[in-house]
Amino acid sequence: MKKFKETKSIAAYIDRKNIDTDAIIPKQYLKAVTREGFGETLFDDWRYLEPGNLGDDHSQRKKNPEFFLYDSKNTNAQILVAGDNFGCGSSREHAVWALMDYGFNVIISTSFADIFYNNCFKNGLLPIILDPADIKKIIKNIEKKNNVFIVNLEEQLIYCDDFKIKFKIDSRRKEVLIQGIDDISETLKLSDKIKDYENKKIIRTPWNSND
Amino acid sequence: MKKTLYDKLWDEHHIHTYDNGYSLIYIDKHLIHEVTSPQAFEGLKQAGRSIWSKKSIMAVPDHNVPTKMRENGIKDPISKIQVDALNKNCKSNDLLKFDLEDIRQGIVHVVGPEQGIILPGMTVVCGDSHTSTHGALASLAFGIGTSEVEHVLATQCLLQKKSLNMNIIVDGMMPDYFYSKDLALLIISKIGTAGGTGYAIEYTGSSISNLSMEARMTLCNMTIEAGATTGLVAVDDKTINYVENKPYAPKGKDFTEAKRYWKNLISDIDSVYDKTLNIDVDKSSPMITWGTSPEMAVGIDENLPDLNDEKFSSKRQDLKNAFSYMGLKEKQNVNSIKLDKIFIGSCTNSRIEDLRIVADIVKNKKVAKNIKSAIIVPGSGLVKEKAENEGLDKIFTKSGFEWRSPGCSMCLGMNDDKLNEFERCASTSNRNFEGRQGRLGRTHLVSPATAAAAAIHGHFVDVRDI
Repeated sequence: MKKFKETKSIAAYIDRKNIDTDAIIPKQYLKAVTREGFGETLFDDWRYLEPGNLGDDHSQRKKNPEFFLYDSKNTNAQILVAGDNFGCGSSREHAVWALMDYGFNVIISTSFADIFYNNCFKNGLLPIILDPADIKKIIKNIEKKNNVFIVNLEEQLIYCDDFKIKFKIDSRRKEVLIQGIDDISETLKLSDKIKDYENKKIIRTPWNSND
Repeated sequence: MKKTLYDKLWDEHHIHTYDNGYSLIYIDKHLIHEVTSPQAFEGLKQAGRSIWSKKSIMAVPDHNVPTKMRENGIKDPISKIQVDALNKNCKSNDLLKFDLEDIRQGIVHVVGPEQGIILPGMTVVCGDSHTSTHGALASLAFGIGTSEVEHVLATQCLLQKKSLNMNIIVDGMMPDYFYSKDLALLIISKIGTAGGTGYAIEYTGSSISNLSMEARMTLCNMTIEAGATTGLVAVDDKTINYVENKPYAPKGKDFTEAKRYWKNLISDIDSVYDKTLNIDVDKSSPMITWGTSPEMAVGIDENLPDLNDEKFSSKRQDLKNAFSYMGLKEKQNVNSIKLDKIFIGSCTNSRIEDLRIVADIVKNKKVAKNIKSAIIVPGSGLVKEKAENEGLDKIFTKSGFEWRSPGCSMCLGMNDDKLNEFERCASTSNRNFEGRQGRLGRTHLVSPATAAAAAIHGHFVDVRDI
């Protein structure tokens, strides 16, 4: 898995709450059987003025000039700041793949939906939860100065010229991102314990055993 | 210590606690469909890993499948690739799968309980957020992403942090034409789509005891729309009667033994919840969503929100966006909303009881002329067969509905069933997000009864008045 240590970039801000994973990556692109190439269709319905499908040449589609990521001040932003409850709805991990493929490494919001939040850490995307007051500070900076922000995971700090903000993250999640840990390898280290559990299960709840 | 149902399910499946507060929990059943599994199988193969427990898996294609002219196969070549990949992965690993031609095929969350593959006390996962459905059987069930699908394939476990406990106590007599779908929308309109984030929600109270198993599945299904990945209802006689004699359920002495265990799957008296919410349904009205989030819902006898209302001050912009997308005006009367399409189906509302409710309302009536298409999509081949044995299909087609084959259909528009731009639909599905049923399509979430009444009138009506 991709490691995350630090990101240095301007931040793009979208003033919307409850951005659902259907909006992040619409259903027609879920027909892919790989994890790559979803960046071109990130926020597809908002980004293009005409419908698109998997396999289309998206560079030929008519763009929505008002879409926030087409605003020149957001070009190459690797940090996305969004409203409450980001990533709600469908469990599709394609949403995380699309955000990362587009170039985002950090998403900042007051809250994330549980499944989306979980999916981020399987792919090296850092979701940061901040208080509304801290988010306001960042938005104000984006709107007035468009500073470059530095997000450092080790220090759990977001810096810009004007201020620094400390963020919380649980120690395990932090370790996973910094070291790019493969959860499956970690779990397989406990194979004996899993087998023990299964052996006890056959006796305790035989109707619920896969043996 | 007193335990909630969630605590009991958690403890029973807990294998290991790490120093950092995470736990390894064991997964009993893994449901698989074609959309969120191919990358997981591919990852497994690339890492040279094998499947931990093949017998824990049930696979069924549902999201991409056509709901009419099945005999011609899947027309869309891209959808076909995905369904073929599922076939290949199941065949090469010798996994239980219900093919399109199999009468047991259907929506994964309808098929699992129907087959008795999902039983009380199990942990159940699927790469689909509506896995919460299975909590109706007092199983700990939740949706996961594709990487976690791979994790479960490889290890039969998941790394989890325990959720908080929430108790939603529902009391009162459910009024006529107020169903568990309406109850779910009422709860979401009160607590919001993030109200349950971080919690496992258990539904308790007299109204929940009175719900049928299928109605409980609808309620637990919609729990994810309140932000909680898990919804639960404790075991009672209805649960046990439902499970008994299902094809994959234990039989004879095994069943008696299982039953003894299942009867403990209730929260201890005086167990402590982190949050409790009381709902009284005595005077509740059927619900309808008007906006682009399941929380944007009103009673069928109410008007759409007034943006000047103080309670919307922090949400005004979101409401404005929703009105604009939906092509509606604030304070508009619900009855004035005209419809183009009707969709009755999805993992939320496609079971036999749902279809019977619809049949009762549309019998000897005709779908209104302005409705371009009204489709009824049963949740599985077995639901379809049962409905046909009861003659429901004749009632539907005589009224002008199309009677389809099972699948996710228009709930998410990954197949041929979708909304065109600006079309407005009364839908018994679970999400009214922008573009969910088709780009620029407009979705109103309702119960099957309200959808049926709307089909007959061509616009929303209070189903209690007809």
